[in-house]
Amino acid sequence: MDLKEKLVSSFLAFEDRVDVDTFVHGIRSEAIKTFETEGFPSKKNEAWKYTSLNSILKHDYSVFPKQENQIDYNDVKKYFIHEIDTYNLVFIDGKFASHLSQTTHDGIDVCLMSSALNKPKYRLVIENYFNKVAGKDSVTSLNTAFAQEGAYIHIPKNKLVNKPIQIINFSTGSEAALMQQPRNLIVVDENSHVQIIERHQSLTDNPVLTNSVTEIFGNKRAIVDYYKIQNDNQNASLIDNTFINQKKESHVSVHTFSFGGKLTRNNLNFYQNGERIDSTMNGITIIGDKQHVDHSTLVHHIEPNCESHQDYKGIYGGNSTGVFNGKVVVNKEAQKTNAFQANNNILLDDKATINTKPQLEIFADDVKCSHGCTIGQLDESAMFYLRSRGIPEKEAKALLMYAFANNVLESVKITEIKKRINKLIATKLGVNIGFDL
Amino acid sequence: MTKYTEDDLREELKTKEYEYGFYTDIESDTFPIGLNEDVVRAISKKKNEPQWMTDWRLEAFRIWKEMEEPEWANVKYTKPDFQAISYYSAPNSKPKYDSLDEVDPELLATFEKLGISIDEQKKLANVAMDVVVDSVSVATTFKKTLSEKGIIFMSISEAIQEHPELVKKYLGTIVPQKDNFYAALNSAVFSDGSFCYIPKGVRCPMELSTYFRINQAGTGQFERTLVIADEGSYVSYLEGCTAPSRDENQLHAAVVELIALDDAEIKYSTVQNWFPGNAEGKGGVYNFVTKRGLCEKNAKISWTQVETGSAVTWKYPSCILKGDNSVGEFYSIAVTNNHQQADTGTKMIHLGKNTKSTIISKGISAGKSQNSYRGLVQINSRAENARNFSQCDSLLMGNECGAHTFPYIEAKNKSAMIEHEATTSKIGEDQIFYCNQRGIDTEKAIALIVNGFSKDVLNKLPMEFAVEAQKLLEISLEGSVG
Repeated sequence: MDLKEKLVSSFLAFEDRVDVDTFVHGIRSEAIKTFETEGFPSKKNEAWKYTSLNSILKHDYSVFPKQENQIDYNDVKKYFIHEIDTYNLVFIDGKFASHLSQTTHDGIDVCLMSSALNKPKYRLVIENYFNKVAGKDSVTSLNTAFAQEGAYIHIPKNKLVNKPIQIINFSTGSEAALMQQPRNLIVVDENSHVQIIERHQSLTDNPVLTNSVTEIFGNKRAIVDYYKIQNDNQNASLIDNTFINQKKESHVSVHTFSFGGKLTRNNLNFYQNGERIDSTMNGITIIGDKQHVDHSTLVHHIEPNCESHQDYKGIYGGNSTGVFNGKVVVNKEAQKTNAFQANNNILLDDKATINTKPQLEIFADDVKCSHGCTIGQLDESAMFYLRSRGIPEKEAKALLMYAFANNVLESVKITEIKKRINKLIATKLGVNIGFDL
Repeated sequence: MTKYTEDDLREELKTKEYEYGFYTDIESDTFPIGLNEDVVRAISKKKNEPQWMTDWRLEAFRIWKEMEEPEWANVKYTKPDFQAISYYSAPNSKPKYDSLDEVDPELLATFEKLGISIDEQKKLANVAMDVVVDSVSVATTFKKTLSEKGIIFMSISEAIQEHPELVKKYLGTIVPQKDNFYAALNSAVFSDGSFCYIPKGVRCPMELSTYFRINQAGTGQFERTLVIADEGSYVSYLEGCTAPSRDENQLHAAVVELIALDDAEIKYSTVQNWFPGNAEGKGGVYNFVTKRGLCEKNAKISWTQVETGSAVTWKYPSCILKGDNSVGEFYSIAVTNNHQQADTGTKMIHLGKNTKSTIISKGISAGKSQNSYRGLVQINSRAENARNFSQCDSLLMGNECGAHTFPYIEAKNKSAMIEHEATTSKIGEDQIFYCNQRGIDTEKAIALIVNGFSKDVLNKLPMEFAVEAQKLLEISLEGSVG
C-alpha cells in the first residue's frame, strides 16, 4: 500500500479519535478529499519541477505513533536556545511534552493547538483564523486533514512579548519510520510584537517525514520575527508550509537556516492585505552530501505602497542540490510597490547542482521590482590574499563563505540565535574559528 | 501647446490603426481546407519532392497527430482549428523572373506600400532578397554574386531539388519532427522557406534577407528555414515580416534551424510585425515559432529580434553550445500593445567547455497587453568554466498591462558563473521632468527614454535593418520614436 492510500485510509481511524461535529472537522473532510484527488505532487507539477518526493515517500511511515515517549531534558538541551529565557512548546513524536515546555495564558496565549481546537473559549479565534490563509494545494491539504496538534499562539492588542517563543518538534525514532504533521497557528493582533523560533529535530537515524503547516496572521502594525532552524540529521525530511497574511503597516520577517536534513522543501507564502506592509524573507543554506533543499517563496502584493525583501544565500557542496523558486506577484492595484529579490549561490563541487527560477509577475506600472541571481565560486584572488597572509586553505574558504552569508546573518535580531547560527556554520564548514560578534 | 502626456500617448497607441493592413489580390493556387495524410502527400507532390522528403513529412504528420497542443505558456487564446486552415497557397504568377520588370506589378506595389521596394533595396542596399509571398519564392536577386563565392541561397523547395544531400543531412537535426507540437506540424506541411549554405572559410559579403508575408485569407504559413555555416564561415541573415489586416486569426508556425560548424559565426536578426489584431483584440496572427541553433567548436550564434506584432507570440530562439569555446547571444525587444500577448525568451544549453552566453531582453508593455520573458540557462556537468549573463528589463506603460519573467537557471558544474538580473519599471516622472527642464517636450522625452531603453538591442541590428526596425517600433509605440 503506498503512502497516499495509507494516509487516506488512516483518516477514518483519525475520525474515531477526534470530535467530528466541529467547525474544524468540516475543513478537515474537505482537505482529505483534495489530497485524495491530487495525491503527492510529482515533478510534472511546475511548482515541484526540481524536487522529487519519490525517495522519501517509499518508507512505510507510521502515521500515529503507538506509544508516548519521554526524553530527558539534558539529552536534548543542546537543541534549545537555552542561554536565554524563552517560552517553550515542545512536541515529542507529535505529542505535547509538558515537562519540557513552558506555556502561558498570562495576557497572551502560548499553548496547544489541540486545546485551542477543543475549548469553547478559543472558538472565535479558531473560526476567524484557522485555515484562512493556508493554501489548498495537496501537501497543505494533507496537513489540514490531520490537523490536531501544534503550537497555538495568540498575542492580543498592544503586547510586547517579553521573551521569544520556541517551538521544537522532536522525533525519538521509537517507530521504524514516522510521519508527523504539526499544525501551528499564530495570530498577532494590533501593535503587538513577538519573536518565534521553530525547529524540527530527529534523535535517531530512523527516517522521519514532517509535513508542517504554519499560519501566521500579522494584524495592523504587528511585528513578527520568525526563525526557522533546519539542521536535522541525514534521514529526516521536511516539507514546511508557511502562510502569512499581513494587514496594514505590519512587518513580518522569516529567516530560514537550512543546514541539515535529507530533503527540505520550504513553501513560504506572503499575502499583503493592506497598505505600507513590509515583508522580509532571508535564508542561508549550507548543505553537502546528497542533501536537497528547495526554497519556494511567494510574495503577493495586493495593495499599494508595500515592500518585500528577499535575500537567499546558498552554498552547495558534495552532490547536493539546491533549488530556489521565488515568485513575486504584483496586482494591478498594488502601485508603488518595492519588491527586491536576490539569490546568490556558490557551488563547491562538480556534482552539486543548483536550479533557480526567480519569477516576477507584474500587473501594475508604478512599481520598482527587481531580482537578481548569481551562481559562482569563491574568488581565487581573495583566497590567495588570505592564504598569502598565513591563513590555511580551509579557514580561508570558511572565512569567505562566512562573509558571503553575513548580510543575512546581520539581520537576525536575537543575539543568541546569531551566535548559534555562527557555530552551526563553523561546524558545517568544518572549521574552528570563533566568529565572535 | 497642450501638454503631451503619457496618457495621450497611451490614447494614441490605442487608436492608431495598423498602417500596413492591406490586402493584395493575387490569384492564388490554394488547397482546400483541412489536414490529413493526403494533403501532406499533395503538398509534397505539388512541390515535386523526392520520396524521402514525402516520407519525412508523413512521419512528422503521424507524430503530430499523437501530440497535444502545449498549454504551459503564459498566453490565452482560442486554439486554432487545424482542420479549418488551408495548408498550401502559392501565388499563381510563376515561373521565375530574371529581372524585376517581369514581376507582377501588383505584387511590387505591395512591397512599395511596405516601404521595402525591391528596386530600391536592390539599388541602394547591399542586400539579396529572397522574397516569399505566401510561401513560394517569387524573386531571387543577387544570386549570381553569391554563387561565385559558392554560397547557396535559395528557397528550401529548390534546395530539396538541387542539393538534396545537404538538406537530407541537416534538416530536422536541430529541431527534430517530434520536438514540439508546432514543429511537428511545420515538418509535415511546410510550404517553403529559405535555405542557405556558406562553404568553408567564406565570409558572406552581404546581408541575406527574406521578407515573409501572410497574404491569402485563411492560409496558414509554415516556413522552414535552414542555415548552415560551414567551418570558419560567417553569415548575417535577416528576416522580417509584415502582414495585412485580417479579422480571423491566422496561424504562423515556422521552424528555423541554424548550424554553425567549427569556428563559424551566424548572426540571425528578425523584425517581426505580424498583424497584432485591432484595439479590441480581434483578429491578429498567432505566431508559434521554433528557432534553434547548434554551435560546434569556437562557433558563435547570435539571435537578435524585434517583436512588435502578432496577437499571440510563442517564440524561444535557442542555442545549443555543444562545442568548446562556443558563444551564444540573444538580444530581444518585445513590444506589446492593446490585447497582444507575448511569451518569448531563449534557451542557452551549455554542453562544451568555456562556453559563453549573453541574454539581453527588453520588454515594453502598453494597453492591455501581457509580455513575458521565459528563459532557460542550463550548465551541464561537463561544461567547465561556462559563463552566462542575463538581463531582462521590462517597461510598463499604463496599469492594465502586465510584465512577467520566468527565468530557469540550472547549474550542474561548480566552475559555472551565472548572473541574472531583472527589473521592472515605468517611465519615471523625474526622467520626463529632467527632459522637460532641458526643453525637450514630453513626446520627445518618452521617445528618448524608450529608445534608450531599447538601445542595447537596437545596436545589435545590422545597419540595413535598423531603419525597418525603427519603423516598426514607430507603429507600436508611436508618435514619439524616431
